[in-house]
Amino acid sequence: MKLVVAIVRPEKLNEVLEALYRAEVTGLTISRVRGHGGETEQVETYRGTTVKVELHDKVRLEIGVSDHFVEPTVRAILSAGRTGEVGDGKIFVLPVEKVYRIRTGEEDRAAVTPITMEESPA
Amino acid sequence: MSTISPADTAWMLIATAMVLVMTPALGFFYGGLVRAKNTLNTMMMSFVALGFVGIAWALIGYSLAFSEGSGLLGSFRNTFLNGVRLESHGTIPHILFVAYQGTFAIITAALISGAIVERMRFGPYLTFVTLWSIVVYAPIAHWVWGGGWLGKLGALDFAGGTVVHINAAAAALVIALVLGTRKDYARQAIIPQNVPFTLLGAGLLWFGWFGFNGGSAFGANASAALAFANTMFAPSATLVVWSLLDLMRTRKTTAVGAATAIVVGLVAITPAAGFVSPLSAIAIGGIAAAPSYFALLWRARSRVDDSLDVVSAHGVGGMVGALLTGVLAEKSWNGVGDGALFGNMRQLGIQAIAIVATIAYSAVATFVVVKVIALGFNLRASVKEEGIGLDVTQHGEEAYSRGEGAILVHADGGI
Repeated sequence: MKLVVAIVRPEKLNEVLEALYRAEVTGLTISRVRGHGGETEQVETYRGTTVKVELHDKVRLEIGVSDHFVEPTVRAILSAGRTGEVGDGKIFVLPVEKVYRIRTGEEDRAAVTPITMEESPA
Repeated sequence: MSTISPADTAWMLIATAMVLVMTPALGFFYGGLVRAKNTLNTMMMSFVALGFVGIAWALIGYSLAFSEGSGLLGSFRNTFLNGVRLESHGTIPHILFVAYQGTFAIITAALISGAIVERMRFGPYLTFVTLWSIVVYAPIAHWVWGGGWLGKLGALDFAGGTVVHINAAAAALVIALVLGTRKDYARQAIIPQNVPFTLLGAGLLWFGWFGFNGGSAFGANASAALAFANTMFAPSATLVVWSLLDLMRTRKTTAVGAATAIVVGLVAITPAAGFVSPLSAIAIGGIAAAPSYFALLWRARSRVDDSLDVVSAHGVGGMVGALLTGVLAEKSWNGVGDGALFGNMRQLGIQAIAIVATIAYSAVATFVVVKVIALGFNLRASVKEEGIGLDVTQHGEEAYSRGEGAILVHADGGI
């Protein structure tokens, strides 16, 4: 099992979600985050106060997947989240030691396999 | 100067301030309906009309609309407020009449912005509202109220059903079609960012509308009282019918629906306000709910990105109101004329002519204005700017800034 953590542009979130659903990746968590990755600064002015906004709004997706779902998940995010400009974000794939589904107590692969999906051999 | 009435002047001073506050209210109404990244841009589209259209009105618009001229247009006699002083105009000072009418020009131009939110660059928008108020609003105001041909024909428009609402809606449809849809339109869910803003806006619009309709009697008199009461009861009826339609269709009464219903009711009673009985006003408000309700449902599924439904609310509501004015006007209440229901069939025809003429001129003239501006400017924000949002890209500000990661830049440019 892996945890796929992706940081994407907020305005690309809908496209990323659509691509993930098409790839049959349906279990995920998102949060709004702010970060900095080398994109050009954004200048804002409020009355006499001018600021450079160094941290940009991003969306962080966390997706727990079984091993054979890592590739389609990453490919979906790469294609749907890309604009080609600096600031498109990152994808991290992390090893996962243990997963539990709280409702049933199921573990590991059973816990990251959506209930709507037939168990398929890895 | 001796004919100036203190009572009338007092009421019109208040009424002018009330109509002026409708434009910021409209900013809140519209601002709540867009996405968070476009809040300031949307609200600014209303707010800047207070400046740009206000000045255009004082310098030239008023003269074209209200100074003596032909049936089609006023003259340049009062440009730069020439000859406008404290002498009486009716029973109020002339300059107060100019200010009151100016608040109408401002909100009419601002109404159009609902059709083009989240995608128009701001410079071209400023140019558009300024030119539009002179080229489109002033002539139509002259036709109906300034001694022009529609007024002489006997068209009844108490406070601006044709001049303000049908006019703005026709312009809105044209500029929405010229600009095209937002990049996300019909591809992603675009939902309101702050419904309480929209309710606040609707409430303030209703308050201001008492000045809009009540003030259109130009005095503290019985006609104002009738218009005032009708402005209260008609939207009440719309709200009731709209809520029931909502309940029947979705089993829920929605807040955005309630805010919309209030505006539709206010729009519908605008041309009729001082001409119909209070019971007729309730009928107009109630009847007006259905056409706008179903127009909204149809529009949202169409390829027309009239984003905040200026046409459904102001166009459809305005037409229903203008036609029903021709049906329900009652001489025993207004002292001016009867509608079709009281034996004057001709009035309904005149109302229809006023509607068609307003739509035709507004659509064509708006198209010309937009196309002329497009010669010099790129009207649309880029796809990238639309993605980031127009608050940051057009104004360099955010509506909901948390300040994290914002680094102070000193005036000398250093950090």
